[in-house]
Amino acid sequence: MSEVESISRTPAGDTRDLTMIEAINEALDIMLERDPDVILLGEDIGYFGGVFRATAGLQEKHGKTRVFDTPISECGIIGVAVGMGAYGLRPVPEIQFADYIYPGLDQLVSEAARLRYRSAAEFIAPMTVRTPFGGGIFGGQTHSQSPEALFTHVAGLKTVVPSTPYDAKGLLIAAIEDNDPVIFFEPKRIYNGPFDGYYDQPTRPWKGHPDAHVPEGHYTVSLGQARIVRAGDALTVLAYGTMVHVAEAVCRQKAVDAEIIDLRTLVPLDIEAIEKSVRKTGRCLIVHEATRTSGFGAELSALVTERCFYHLEAPVERVTGFDTPYPHSLEWAYFPGPVRVGEGIDKLLSE
Amino acid sequence: MKSASVESAAASAPSDKNSASEDSAGENFELRSLQDRFSESSRFDADSDYLLHLYEQMLLIRRFEEKAGQLYGLGLIGGFCHLYIGQEAVAVGLQSALQEGKDSVITGYRDHGHMLAYGIDPKIIMAELTGRQAGISHGKGGSMHMFSTEHAFYGGHGIVGAQVSLGGGLAFGHKYRGDGGICLAYFGDGAANQGQVYETFNMASLWNLPIVFVVENNEYAMGTAVKRSSAETEFYRRGTAFRIPGMKVNGMDVLEVRQAAEVAFAHVREGNGPVLMELNTYRYRGHSMSDPAKYRTREEVQNMRENSDPIEGAKAELIKMGIDEEKLKDIDKRIRAQVAEAADFAESSPLPDASELYTDVLVESY
Ligand SMILES: Cc1ncc(C[n+]2csc(CCOP(=O)(O)OP(=O)(O)O)c2C)c(N)n1
Ligand SMILES: [Mg+2]
Repeated sequence: MSEVESISRTPAGDTRDLTMIEAINEALDIMLERDPDVILLGEDIGYFGGVFRATAGLQEKHGKTRVFDTPISECGIIGVAVGMGAYGLRPVPEIQFADYIYPGLDQLVSEAARLRYRSAAEFIAPMTVRTPFGGGIFGGQTHSQSPEALFTHVAGLKTVVPSTPYDAKGLLIAAIEDNDPVIFFEPKRIYNGPFDGYYDQPTRPWKGHPDAHVPEGHYTVSLGQARIVRAGDALTVLAYGTMVHVAEAVCRQKAVDAEIIDLRTLVPLDIEAIEKSVRKTGRCLIVHEATRTSGFGAELSALVTERCFYHLEAPVERVTGFDTPYPHSLEWAYFPGPVRVGEGIDKLLSE
Repeated sequence: MKSASVESAAASAPSDKNSASEDSAGENFELRSLQDRFSESSRFDADSDYLLHLYEQMLLIRRFEEKAGQLYGLGLIGGFCHLYIGQEAVAVGLQSALQEGKDSVITGYRDHGHMLAYGIDPKIIMAELTGRQAGISHGKGGSMHMFSTEHAFYGGHGIVGAQVSLGGGLAFGHKYRGDGGICLAYFGDGAANQGQVYETFNMASLWNLPIVFVVENNEYAMGTAVKRSSAETEFYRRGTAFRIPGMKVNGMDVLEVRQAAEVAFAHVREGNGPVLMELNTYRYRGHSMSDPAKYRTREEVQNMRENSDPIEGAKAELIKMGIDEEKLKDIDKRIRAQVAEAADFAESSPLPDASELYTDVLVESY
């Protein structure tokens, strides 16, 4: 496959199929094992193992001083994690749903993101905030949001979104080892299977999916490197998280020779991979679940236009969530699924 | 003009506090004064008619929630759904002491019981659960987000603890307009650890706001038992640092709850500022519908059900008061029919039109 792909796949150890949850759990386990400074904290993550089971068994194995429950105090959870990081620890707080991160936003924006700059790197905040995000689980407005663009807008934070078990493990280890604060958004709809947006079809498990082959032991997927999911010439599709699978399914179904790029990290962004692809295809579709206005797609669109203007054969197209809160009812009318992605592709190709 | 008066209301608030209770800064300030008054007579003196009335309201909540659980199991309700079973006496006992149309109520996501205790039509509550156009929020809010202007019921909030600060604003509104109303702001034992709760305690006490903070202590926040999350597990004491008197109340006895409400509400209505009530209760079901409940034993739940159930307790008392058991059976039958009707309505009502997605985002459409 592409260069980008081959660089990132340098793991050691045997592989077996894991779900994304299992891959995340394993990454945390490995980092707890390797680095005594790694600490996990969050609501119901210890005793109970997390509402999505991401931390199941870890308290039992690593003890209550390293894997522990917190009160429902998001501002405090993130705040103490910043302090732990400044002291020299490597905390991995979990915010149970990304929708609950806002009480901690001040600590992330004013402290975590700024500590290095204002202390001229004397103090840093090496922390990884793990948080499930995105829709497709009937969560309504407080369990479905995709707030990634709020964080990409903050200088001093890194933003990561895996779309496969393999990447989830490698990116999470890289994030924990990274000396900057990282917001690690986990697309909860694909925790247990690669959901492709066809909600009326039976859900598929990760088992058997090529990207569910996860090596044992330690490996990293570097932050800032995109993955070419599928090489092609007709158009470039930029996606991350769940939408990678939706885009892939639609392109397969329509037999479109698209080049699908899974961004994997939004900040730092692999702009070279994007630029190279769009210069080749001349068409660019950007897909995300998050609301449209000031979404990360707007940034991508600007970058593509700035860097590839003379290579574009059609205006950059975006398929995104609507500019509304996430509804309780009508989830599938709301979710930017295969129909809307297909329309976006048709429009781009007809120009 | 308007903003000037907002300022003056805020500015005058602290002095109001001082004049309302002059020795509030001195040693005569007694945090337990309300608790003492309450323990002098801790049960509301209800005749059988009135207790029957409260009993019916509790039973409606119980049967409604049982039905919601069934509909969830059948896939008719999706997403998150938190049942109030076991806690009925809290909402019924407290809200029965409110002055409807004057006072306001705000709560978290476990809100069906609070809606029903206010006499809101079960049909439109159930239709909201199933996400239908006829639902109280047109299907866009769901189980956790329900509102009724008619009943001054300000929701229904999914973000743990957020409603407490909003309650402070509602109470400010009551005071500013001088409408004589008070605000009842419910939250859980878990929510009690959110920082904004204490910011609100301070402001409410500083500005002498007419608000009753109610901690529904059902012993768990999802899988976390109170003692594993809270340094101070006696929640009624948590207002002490802000000079808010606390009350500890058995939330499994509707008449005790009601009596405590009498004491607390009178204190607040008289202009003495906020009160913090801890209602000790218990939820029988899981946190939400997908809770494996491994954090507590079956025996613990069974013991509560058998020995402390608020509905069974009221029933036994009614029988002792001479109410015919047949009559109670008829009531149950009537309530079951009412709930079945609500479920039919919720199943047969149409989904909202897709255009509803774009309504009510802002005042103007865009
Ligand atoms: C800010 C925020 N953090 C976390 C959650 C997830 N959550 C929903 S309910 C809940 C437990 C709350 O427990 P408690 O306040 O005791 O209320 P109860 O469920 O017992 O009624 C948690 C952690 C949330 N909804 N909002
Ligand atoms: Mg609780």
